[in-house]
Amino acid sequence: MTSLPVSTEKRLGLAIDLDTCVGCQACVTACKGWNDQGYGAPLSDQNPYGAEPSGVFLNRVHSYAVQPIEGAAQTINFPRSCLHCEDAPCVTVCPTGASYKRSEDGIVLVNEDACIGCGLCAWACPYGAREMDAAAGVMKKCTLCVDRIYNENLPEEDREPACVRGCPTGARHFGDFADPDSKVSRLSAERGGYALMPDLGTKPVNRYLPPRKKDVRHEASVLAPLLDIKVSGFVGWLDRVLGKI
Amino acid sequence: MNPAPSVIVFSVLSGAGFGLLFFLGLGFAQAMGWTAFLWWGMGYALAIIGLLASTFHLGNPGRAWRAFTQWRTSWLSREAWASVAALLICAPMALSDWLGLGWPRAIGMVGGVLALATVLTTSMIYTQIKAVPRWHHWLTPVMFLGFALAGGAVLAAQSFAPIFLAALALILLAIWQVGDGQFARKAQSLGTATGLDRIGEVTVFEQAHTAGNYLLREMIFAVGRKHAQRLRAIALALAAVIPAVLLAISAGPWAFAVAAVCHVIGAFAARWLFFAEAEHVVGLFYGKR
Repeated sequence: MTSLPVSTEKRLGLAIDLDTCVGCQACVTACKGWNDQGYGAPLSDQNPYGAEPSGVFLNRVHSYAVQPIEGAAQTINFPRSCLHCEDAPCVTVCPTGASYKRSEDGIVLVNEDACIGCGLCAWACPYGAREMDAAAGVMKKCTLCVDRIYNENLPEEDREPACVRGCPTGARHFGDFADPDSKVSRLSAERGGYALMPDLGTKPVNRYLPPRKKDVRHEASVLAPLLDIKVSGFVGWLDRVLGKI
Repeated sequence: MNPAPSVIVFSVLSGAGFGLLFFLGLGFAQAMGWTAFLWWGMGYALAIIGLLASTFHLGNPGRAWRAFTQWRTSWLSREAWASVAALLICAPMALSDWLGLGWPRAIGMVGGVLALATVLTTSMIYTQIKAVPRWHHWLTPVMFLGFALAGGAVLAAQSFAPIFLAALALILLAIWQVGDGQFARKAQSLGTATGLDRIGEVTVFEQAHTAGNYLLREMIFAVGRKHAQRLRAIALALAAVIPAVLLAISAGPWAFAVAAVCHVIGAFAARWLFFAEAEHVVGLFYGKR
């Protein structure tokens, strides 16, 4: 049913640390690798080795250059995936009920057996989180690895989304934002985690942790004190005399 | 947004068809016998061809029946219900007009209002999308209803058609004027979309992928914007101004036929622009619009 749940017991989502993300794309490949063989239709590629390859990815990492008012420019890597919005516009527009938000944990999913592939949900999403699979004709999106996080066949440390598990710098954190004591809630509170485009009223669950403030760069050389030589005695007298000539 | 041909064919033809069914249902055409048959047939044909065309852009058209299930939240689902209800309820009125059965006009009035309601639901599919600021405005349903009423009046050969066409011209000028400022009014930029404006000025350093993808093809369609001004002039002239002038001069059957063809071609141009010009906020992440 495409009516959104009034509230969800949990609010599972990601806290993405823009300070530690190095833009290695490991989360992109980990996501593609896992979701290629797990939940629903595989993420197909069209013409993968040709001149114009194209394919479905549920997570993409952008790189931005940000110039602060003072100081040097920064490169900020910016992973973009489904934010599992509380007021998800992609869910309510769905005419078939294929798109839904789970009341138990807040994950937004697509029931691919009911999806007609009209693409309206992808239009309704401001974040570009949904991509149509050209081979299966159904909409694909981040499942928060629903087939990993509850999977008792996996070792406990693997029961988190593939992008989180695969991140080599620990820039991605998975947890329950409804629990104020969870790791992601505390991280978000400590670091000033923010939601994307909050004025669109989608109430995203995922939070982005802004880059920490950079240290102030010292313009003077560390050798500067050594260069300021104070001379005395004969050399000092010579220095004063030569300076006056 | 990607101007998918199936969606343009659908919204133009079914829009005009339902507009015609509205006037026929309300009894404006006052036709009897085979004239009534042809008139109602044209309304049904346009509406049904349009509805069938809309299924061509689906990834899984075989499951289209499921689109009837979510009328509580989805405008697309409401459109499915409204269109079927309009076509079913208009049917006895069409039969009565054709065979002269003299059944109460109230049936046609209900069917006609439902036909117009279908056009409203179509327009709301686009109007509801906040991520496309140009569409998210009350002028969008006004424009869709304007096209349905003007097109319907021309197809139903009504003497007041030139007035509706003139109104359509004003609506088009208004929606283009307002639409051009809509994206800026929402004040979203690469900085606000990423939230990185809290640090400084944001530019794209490197794209997330080197090849194209669904998002770029579907939401960041930039081809049509180049010729927007010329296409607007063509759309305005063909959809509204030329048919209005023509029908003001002559009200013969040939004038109505030429005006109808002219209007529909103009409507295609306008509807193509409606999609091609619309900018989705996801383009901001790519440094595009």
